[in-house]
Amino acid sequence: MSDTKLKRVDLIFGEYSNVKYKVLADTIKLPNDKILEDLLESGLRGRGGAGFPTAMKWKYTAQAPGDEKYVVCNADEGEPGTFKDREILTRVPRKVFSGMAICGKVIGAKKGFIYLRGEYKFLLPELLRELEGYHENAKSIGLDFSIEIRLGSGAYICGEESALFESMEGNRGEPRNKPPYPTTFGYLGKPTVINNVETFVNIMMIMRLGPIQFKMLGTTDSRGSKVFSVSGDTPIAGIYELELGMPLDRFVDEFGDGDTKAVQVGGASGFCVPRKKFKDTVIGFEGVPTGGSMMLFNSSRSMYNVLHNYLEFFEEESCGQCTPCRVGCQQLRKGIEAVKKGDKKSQYLEQLMKLSESMKLTAKCGLGQSVANSFSSIVYNFKEEMIY
Amino acid sequence: MKNTKKESIKKINLTIDGIQVSVDEGTTILDAARHLNIHIPTLCYHEDLCVAGNCRVCIVEQEKVKSLPASCATPASEGMVIHTNSMKVRLARKHIVELLLSEHNADCTKCYKNGICEIQSLASQMLTGDHMFLDLVPDHKYTIDMFNTAIIKDDSRCIRCQRCVRTCEELQGVSALGVAYRGNHMKISTFYEHPLFEVVCTNCGQCVNRCPTGALIEKNYIDQVWDAIYDTTKHVVVQTAPAVRIALGEALGMPPGKIVTGKMVAALKRLGFSAVLDTDFTADLTIIEEGNELLTRLKKALLEKDPNVSLPMFTSCSPGWIKFIEHTFPEFLGNLSTCKSPQQMFGALVKTYYCEKSKLDAKNVVSVSIMPCTAKKFEANRPEMRSSGYKDVDYVLTTRELGIMIKQAGLDFEALPEEHFDSLMGASTGAAVIFGTTGGVMEAALRTVYEVVTGREIPFEGLNITAVRGTEGEVREASLTIEKTKPEWKFLEGVELKCVVANGLAHAKKVMQDVKDGKANYHFIEIMACPGGCLGGGGQPIPTNKDIRTKRKQAIYEEDLGMSIRKSHDNPEVQLIYKEFLGHPLGHKSHELLHTHYTPRKRY
Ligand SMILES: Cc1cc2nc3c(=O)[nH]c(=O)nc-3n(C[C@H](O)[C@H](O)[C@H](O)COP(=O)(O)O)c2cc1C
Ligand code: SF4
Ligand code: SF4
Ligand code: SF4
Ligand code: SF4
Ligand code: FES
Repeated sequence: MSDTKLKRVDLIFGEYSNVKYKVLADTIKLPNDKILEDLLESGLRGRGGAGFPTAMKWKYTAQAPGDEKYVVCNADEGEPGTFKDREILTRVPRKVFSGMAICGKVIGAKKGFIYLRGEYKFLLPELLRELEGYHENAKSIGLDFSIEIRLGSGAYICGEESALFESMEGNRGEPRNKPPYPTTFGYLGKPTVINNVETFVNIMMIMRLGPIQFKMLGTTDSRGSKVFSVSGDTPIAGIYELELGMPLDRFVDEFGDGDTKAVQVGGASGFCVPRKKFKDTVIGFEGVPTGGSMMLFNSSRSMYNVLHNYLEFFEEESCGQCTPCRVGCQQLRKGIEAVKKGDKKSQYLEQLMKLSESMKLTAKCGLGQSVANSFSSIVYNFKEEMIY
Repeated sequence: MKNTKKESIKKINLTIDGIQVSVDEGTTILDAARHLNIHIPTLCYHEDLCVAGNCRVCIVEQEKVKSLPASCATPASEGMVIHTNSMKVRLARKHIVELLLSEHNADCTKCYKNGICEIQSLASQMLTGDHMFLDLVPDHKYTIDMFNTAIIKDDSRCIRCQRCVRTCEELQGVSALGVAYRGNHMKISTFYEHPLFEVVCTNCGQCVNRCPTGALIEKNYIDQVWDAIYDTTKHVVVQTAPAVRIALGEALGMPPGKIVTGKMVAALKRLGFSAVLDTDFTADLTIIEEGNELLTRLKKALLEKDPNVSLPMFTSCSPGWIKFIEHTFPEFLGNLSTCKSPQQMFGALVKTYYCEKSKLDAKNVVSVSIMPCTAKKFEANRPEMRSSGYKDVDYVLTTRELGIMIKQAGLDFEALPEEHFDSLMGASTGAAVIFGTTGGVMEAALRTVYEVVTGREIPFEGLNITAVRGTEGEVREASLTIEKTKPEWKFLEGVELKCVVANGLAHAKKVMQDVKDGKANYHFIEIMACPGGCLGGGGQPIPTNKDIRTKRKQAIYEEDLGMSIRKSHDNPEVQLIYKEFLGHPLGHKSHELLHTHYTPRKRY
């Protein structure tokens, strides 16, 4: 039954070529149009969670008026259960730098920033050493693009792109109103491309292999491979590079402990898939998307506790500026407590589901908008566990 | 020229609730709806401030878009189809208001804002009686800061709209208020959560004017004033500032821009004050003292070449500005005019000159002032303000508080007759009236200074010095060349007197920075802490916006034009007080009663 095995891929962490920064040196000789064309052809979508087509993001930023533009690499990695960006930055930092440099060339930016999660401070010395090498190389190939590292303050919300810019500018990390989007109004109000760490590495894959080969991995809506952080009730927790678009039952076959009752796909802000839906669920943008986190739960787990933990997380990590998120999170957490204790009838859960839907529709940023994902998928699929 | 610019603005066509509308590019959905007289509720939005988009009550439904965009923060785009009252919108909006209320200590009958509160009126519109969600108030440890003499901050009534934060930063450049903590603990706070009286807050009250709820309010002294009125052993004197008479009507249901001087006097008499007098009187006195102070400084600088003289001279009648400079530019305290504000001059004279003339014992006199200002509450409590031997001003009420007292007394304000101020310290001039608007002190001072120096009236039509008539949100520079002086002012011949007028502390800060950097070369600087000057003061009726303030300003200039005396030095009672009591400007008695000194304060 070899076809039940998932296709393991080894591209992202694949070895560097013998010539330092070879792909970068080759790529910057290409015209920008050609690079954008290849990107578009590859179908690459951002790996930070929202899955926005990367080619479009770069194109809009390239077209935005203004001479001063920036490239920002989002390495804030705050989603519970995600640790793949840390692995990438540890093992293949040059691919990240190169991806950023190519972006800089395409959009016309001379400066890039890596916004590094505060807890990853320990990576800093090695990254700075690597950056020295990058800057030397850039100089030697005549590329005017420098990279600086900024340390985050440990707030989950600062991973949201506009809050990240605010934080970089020295302000309180509060998401901005959108529009305008970063493509026209990003860091310091200038056109900015912000991509996830892994997205930049994917750029390098596409430039090395060409879009056709890249596309052979994954499905129509979810091209390429992806680094997954597998955790929870699994005998083999860790980082895995897998092809996108896999069915969840196969994933569980490979990573589960034989008693998996649910998988939380995409961390606290993602969806909970119960056992009965494993078979019909595809991991990818056409099914359940994920920024990388896959958390398995076996039957010993209380899904009430799982949800309660998530809600506490959101309650504290919300920036607190907008009503639906700040107060909604408190109400959802307190609400399931009240139902559990019997202070509220089980019908109150319906009320809370509607509330979470309103939060999704009205919250100012992705954090508040995505609370409903885990809330409604857990409450809907594990209602008895919420009540008894 | 202007028209061609206008034509180049792109037009955007959209449909709101089935009605097509064409608006300028960049217009928000909210403003587009207002063009159509469709009212979308708002809370965090305020016309004077940049858009925050955090309360989310202004959400609307946009066809073909999944989420419900906030109309205040979303620009209209071509072909947009918007529904402001769809089923989705109604439910989500109700949820949002219910959420706000669940965090809110809504005991309205104990709240100062009861009846004029935006969250309350939204709640009543939406029939939130059934309390959809759990009460979160017990989970929060809300605090009330009431240590300040001017402003109370009650976190239990705060809906975290951040209007106050934006006001303090954008309009005032003070940033005394900020957002602290995240998530459920997020709150509006001060530097290290110190009480307001320990931080850079200037008590200007601009945040109070814009707070939609009872979270930021003035400390009111209404009951104390009633007690004084009812106390038969007390003689209660009231003074009213120039900007009150053009705004009080708003607090009593009248449209903005109505001059209600006579009715206000009638109301005060009916409330039972023993004497109803006019701060305008000491505004005129301020001009005499301050004008002479300016001339003295100029003489020292230009004639005696004294290197230690502090120029430019800054006006000192705005106590919010005084506290601001004490904190932010303490090295310039010597440049402030030593004149007290008209309120405090008045207070000092009530307990001396007025008592002497009326044969009253100062200890039985209570001095009350009605001000457009919250900072004057703080000022009256400063330890320096006791030069009469008593507290010069016992209680300061805002225009709003006077409005409340008039309602409490059951007076039909609009039906009241027009009455006159009592005499002795009740006479006023047009020069004093314009103290209520930005540029007014400058104009009044120039009317007098020019005449003192040249013996002739200032050479402008109708005495209107439009060049210094500041506009809100603008720093206005003007200069006046002095010609054909009287012999004793010969050293001023041909001197170009350079003046600048700024209102709103954010603008004051810019002017000060220029002065500090040596970029500006002024003689005289007028600063008013509040946008538009006192007419936009922190104690004025709520709501406030540019439209309302413009109407108040027009009313002030109308009142000035209608006065038979337009120049401070022509005020007969001012002439009398110099003759009978003060002697001459900057004399010994003036110095004792009408002038003061300042205190450097910390920068945070
Ligand atoms: C609350 C919140 C936290 C986020 N945290 C991260 C993060 O840690 N890393 C990341 O790459 N994107 C994060 N995002 C997504 C970013 O806003 C942004 O979409 C992403 O960096 C874009 O990169 P991509 O197009 O390469 O995916 C977060 C979004 C939200 C709403
Ligand atoms: S949704 Fe939450 S995190 Fe996002 S702006 Fe609103 S309060 Fe802040
Ligand atoms: S702030 Fe408004 S809603 Fe709250 S108690 Fe006061 S009046 Fe009532
Ligand atoms: S104090 Fe008033 S203005 Fe400030 S956030 Fe609270 S409710 Fe809004
Ligand atoms: S009173 Fe004025 S200075 Fe003080 S917090 Fe309010 S706006 Fe800021
Ligand atoms: S009024 Fe639009 S979000 Fe508050």
